[in-house]
Amino acid sequence: MVAQLTKNERQVALLILLAISLWGIAMAVAGRGDPLGVHGAIVLLAGLGGIFAVISGYYAPEPDDSRLDRYFDDPSRAGIVLAMVWVVAGLFVGDWIAWQLVNPNLTFDAAWSSFGRLRPVHTSGVIFGFGGNALIATSFYVLQRTSRARLPDQLTPWFVLLGYNLFCVLAATGYLMGVTQSKEYAEPEWYTDLWLDVVWITYFVLYLRTLARRKEPHIYVSNWYYMAFILVVAMLHIVNSLAIPVSLGHAKSYSAFSGVQDAMTQWWYGHNAVAFFLTAGFLGMMYYYLPVRAGRPIFSYRLSIISFWGITFMYMWAGSHHLHYTALPHWVQTLGVTFSVMLLVPSWASAGNALLTLNGAWHKVRDDATLRFMMVAAVFYGIVTFEGSFMAIRPVNALSHYTDWTVGHVHVGALGWVAMITFGAIYASVPWLWKRQRMYSPRLVEVHFWLALAGTVIYVFAMWNSGIIQGLMWRTYNESGTLAYSFVDTLIAMRPYYIARAIGGLLFLIGALVAAYNIWMTIRTADQPADERVGDRPVVPALTGVSAPQPAE
Amino acid sequence: MDHDFTVWFSKSFGLFYLIALSVIIVAYAFWPSNKKRFDDAAHSILGDEDKPYRDLPIGDQPNGDKKWR
Repeated sequence: MVAQLTKNERQVALLILLAISLWGIAMAVAGRGDPLGVHGAIVLLAGLGGIFAVISGYYAPEPDDSRLDRYFDDPSRAGIVLAMVWVVAGLFVGDWIAWQLVNPNLTFDAAWSSFGRLRPVHTSGVIFGFGGNALIATSFYVLQRTSRARLPDQLTPWFVLLGYNLFCVLAATGYLMGVTQSKEYAEPEWYTDLWLDVVWITYFVLYLRTLARRKEPHIYVSNWYYMAFILVVAMLHIVNSLAIPVSLGHAKSYSAFSGVQDAMTQWWYGHNAVAFFLTAGFLGMMYYYLPVRAGRPIFSYRLSIISFWGITFMYMWAGSHHLHYTALPHWVQTLGVTFSVMLLVPSWASAGNALLTLNGAWHKVRDDATLRFMMVAAVFYGIVTFEGSFMAIRPVNALSHYTDWTVGHVHVGALGWVAMITFGAIYASVPWLWKRQRMYSPRLVEVHFWLALAGTVIYVFAMWNSGIIQGLMWRTYNESGTLAYSFVDTLIAMRPYYIARAIGGLLFLIGALVAAYNIWMTIRTADQPADERVGDRPVVPALTGVSAPQPAE
Repeated sequence: MDHDFTVWFSKSFGLFYLIALSVIIVAYAFWPSNKKRFDDAAHSILGDEDKPYRDLPIGDQPNGDKKWR
């Protein structure tokens, strides 16, 4: 890793790591007994660990100019491994808290293991740890191939990837200590937020620098999605995290917004985090890996442009559907409903575009579990966007809001769409990145596929049933006009579904463990025939032939 | 800037600028002279080469065709 940095980059790396160590010391001193002090110690250890790593490789020979004839893929490789570590940890915590809802004794009477602290570890672990690392890894991969340009230097990609993981560690450890801003998907406190801002802006600048060096005249559509993901997440995160700390030596801060403005800012952030973190970036992934794996160009490139701008401009206004029947002005809620319903158009355009690309390649979908992961992801993307538009309508929301239906909806997206497309992209990338002919075991990919699909379906149906029962019980009145069911009655009714949900989650977790083993063995099994990326790819059909179906039009 | 003004602004300007943007995007996507560029882009990711482009020294450059493909 250090051997690939030039002398100059090694020196800059040492300066950056020194600055990080000093920042850690400052936090540890200022924080003392506060959780801020613990985080200072973690930052200091990260900085010192980095310094030792750089020093130990400092006198290694510098990389020669032949490196410029290759893409810089080491950060992508590391990103995929980190994503797999995070997904196993994140899914484990998720399934643990699912069993806690079945049996509350599973907190084992500790503060750190209570549901309220573990839940954000699960959400951040899978969204930011797994999704974020996978997005960074694949974005570097796709950016270089579609631009035919190597990343501009060796240090910045490592700074982005490792700095981002430091953010994830600070976030997760903070939750366990009870450090939280109590904002959905934006729980980390002010100092962690500031660090993410630094990393994220560096990421965006790196993306632009690489694009500026591109040799392709046209910027491929995946890059537009990845750029929207990076730029909008920066914007959302900076605004939503505006807060004043109690003091510089204290982890706690108070939001710059108050009351309904705070709620609206949070859900403007929250829904666009779904839109730009969990959708735009993964669509970028889909628009590259699905056509390449299927060996066919995207069905309609024009449609992909229209859906890109549709998603970009409409999602911004949909956040208020999270605040139906609250103090938020009625017209703002209606605005959110309107845009949410309109969003069905660009969303189904993307899902349809992906599925129509597979026309003529369905035999590959049957034979190749990797491509099947991507196909099922596109189907779930269609389902989840329809469900989302539907749930945003005010009378539907009256039934669904605050119930498990919402949890079910989120997991249709997270398991069915985000995780499936990511696993597809990872299974496609791993042999390419490590120069292997194929995955260690295609059969294990198949096993993972069916575990993931079964887990998702069980989870989602359990939560749909549970949520609708819960919603209906909450609104059932008896003859005297009072509520027919107490809160405990609803819990008893939901318990069987909680057990089913935890089993579905367990299947999904086992699938991820199988994937981690398979990826590990692919990396370790060096004696598989080395090969250029071409060999792993399905044959491109002759598109000029008379009988071949024409793409796009 | 009071609440009524904000409401008026978002209901008038907000409507028209989004309509204008959609017209511009659809025109861009369907403009006939853009078709070739989009078709090329769709096929560009399916190539076999897996190396970054590098500017060759003048003497090594292939004659005539400066395009990398």
